[in-house]
Amino acid sequence: MNKRYAAIWFPYLLTDQMALKQKELLGQAYALIAQERNKQMIVNVSREANKQGLRPNMSLADARITLPSLLTFKFHPQKEQKLLKAMAEWFICFTPHVAVNSPDGLFLDITGCTAWKSEEQHVEEIKAHFAGKYHVKIGIADTLGAAWAIAHYTKGQIAKPNEQLQHLLNLPPKALRLEESILQRLAKLGFHHIDSFIHIAPSTLRRRFGDEINLRIGQALGYKPEAFEPIKEPNPYEERLHCLEPIQTAKGIEIAIENLLEKLCNRLQKDDVGVRNAKLSAFRLDGKLQQISIGTNQPSIHIKHLFKLFELKIKQIEPDLGIELFIMEITKVEELPKQQETFWQVHNQTDLGEIAELLDRISIKAGKNAIRRYVPQEHHWPENSIRTATDLKEQPETEWPTHKPRPTVLLNQPELIQVTAPIPDYPPMNFTYKGEIHRITKADGPERLEQEWWLSDGKHRDYYYVEDDKGQRYWLFRSGHYDSKIAAQWFIHGFFA
Amino acid sequence: MQQPLKKIIIERLQREILDLEGFKAKAQHTQSKLGLRILEDNFPNQTFPTGTIHEFISERPEHTACTSAFISGVLTRLNNQNGVYIWIGKQKQLFPVGLRKFGIQPHQIIFINLVKQKDILWATEEALKCKSLSGVISELEEITFAQSQRLQLTVEKSKVTGFILRTQTERINATACAARWQIKPLASENEGSLPGVGFAKWQVDLLKVRNGNTASCVITYHHGQLAIVETANTYPLTHQAIGS
Repeated sequence: MNKRYAAIWFPYLLTDQMALKQKELLGQAYALIAQERNKQMIVNVSREANKQGLRPNMSLADARITLPSLLTFKFHPQKEQKLLKAMAEWFICFTPHVAVNSPDGLFLDITGCTAWKSEEQHVEEIKAHFAGKYHVKIGIADTLGAAWAIAHYTKGQIAKPNEQLQHLLNLPPKALRLEESILQRLAKLGFHHIDSFIHIAPSTLRRRFGDEINLRIGQALGYKPEAFEPIKEPNPYEERLHCLEPIQTAKGIEIAIENLLEKLCNRLQKDDVGVRNAKLSAFRLDGKLQQISIGTNQPSIHIKHLFKLFELKIKQIEPDLGIELFIMEITKVEELPKQQETFWQVHNQTDLGEIAELLDRISIKAGKNAIRRYVPQEHHWPENSIRTATDLKEQPETEWPTHKPRPTVLLNQPELIQVTAPIPDYPPMNFTYKGEIHRITKADGPERLEQEWWLSDGKHRDYYYVEDDKGQRYWLFRSGHYDSKIAAQWFIHGFFA
Repeated sequence: MQQPLKKIIIERLQREILDLEGFKAKAQHTQSKLGLRILEDNFPNQTFPTGTIHEFISERPEHTACTSAFISGVLTRLNNQNGVYIWIGKQKQLFPVGLRKFGIQPHQIIFINLVKQKDILWATEEALKCKSLSGVISELEEITFAQSQRLQLTVEKSKVTGFILRTQTERINATACAARWQIKPLASENEGSLPGVGFAKWQVDLLKVRNGNTASCVITYHHGQLAIVETANTYPLTHQAIGS
């Protein structure tokens, strides 16, 4: 599928932000300046100053000549990054893939985002959001390079799929994000528009301007790859706990977990959701990361219960020199069940939640597979007659069969026994199991069970329900038909009460 | 005149001791819980004690099969098919389909398979703490006195009935359990002269009863009911040794 990218450019990112905070700056010419060696350089200018001919990267002395009344403020690089990151997070409402393009732009991967709104509508929506606050320019194209060029050097348009070349032709070479030295050389040779050199053979261009120019042209047209590093999607249910002193003891970790759970569970409760999976990350002084995670059978916001689950795993954390930061993330949430439903025929005081919590604790220690509940399955083959229930609430679809004798203890594997059987289709007179001879006094059967041919093949079984002289009851079967030449194989499969 | 007074005082003291030990006499304390009057008379307050630990001994799989069925019958009697149970064991050999005949709803049993004895003990204790359960059955090879006491203390708080199935019979030690049972199969009971295997019949031995006396009887399972066929070795209440 064709990729679609949008480039967002905030030409007056910081100055717009200042105007938002200090209304008197609105419509004024002002600039942000930074000290660079022994010169004061302009980093960002307001729209008004831009109209007067001031540009970033000018020295303040030059700017003052053009505009003596210029207001200046100090530039804080961290502020810019923070603001841009916040912008990027806002754009996640359009697409999950948002990348920061320092210093004043963003890239969005909008492939497939037009399913419910066209690209034009998206652009309008973004513009409407920023109207009166930030100046924003948007370009949309198949490649990051073309989108960037369109955002910066046109009035902002949308290049239709595979039309990025036409849009680039009239733009200056700068639109290809080339280095200053290459731009100067291009200018010297009279290449003022991209169309004047874009069709020149790549080998010739490389000889003159180096490899970068081919890379940038390729990236803009889409035949060279360009990395897109999306910002991490913020987890809505995440809490952090900074520790004043590094924590080394299990007690300290316990307090941290309790603290974090309390904060998170309060938030979860408001949203009516519960924890299914949670992860605790502990950042150690030496920079190593330690993680433990838990899962539950049912969404839960029970702090005590969740704490108990974490408590079982605290041992896995090695604090070493100490832990300075805890982050708890709820990686999976689920809607909390509406108050007790009528899923089990239970006593009034039976609380399924309490049982689910017990099973959570056991499964943390023993693994999920250790816990089983069975419901009947409509198969007559004994091994297939039950299946594991998928969750605590599952009810049997059919009644448990009781019309045929079934043992209370069933061997996982039928075991071979030695028998003395008089004639075909009669129960054996005696059998030897584990070196002990059982003399059969009473018997029922045979009950013939055929293999379920759609599941497996093999011989059928003729089951006998027998009782020996000591009153012990067994489930025996003969595998296959009676054959006068080959001795039939007999097995023991279970014990009756 | 001296003798009856002494007897009344001793009886009152005994009841007080029972109260202290967690055997709370309820208003309906003489009501039979299992419908096995003669057997239940051997327990303190003449009723099958719930909210305590019962210990079952079974050395052979044949005995385990009978014991499981008996426990199923007892649990059904106590909870009227509504209970939720946890069955903790080492291997998954219990066949839910076969248990249905003894009244229990097999889908209301949660099976937990654990390998280590330590884990089984831990899970048993955790399960016994859970008040919503109607019964916890735990297959343990052996249990020390201290461990059984710990479980007993847990159930005194939660009032859950615990059943411990001991499979190692060589080293039977004293435990804090309310009763020690042994159930062995007996030749089945046929109706009239019908051929084949009849109704299940077991030799049920109460080897030890805390504040009660030992007993032995034959029990059958007929038409969804446990029923006593015959009794033997029942000693009158006056012969008991308190606390044994």
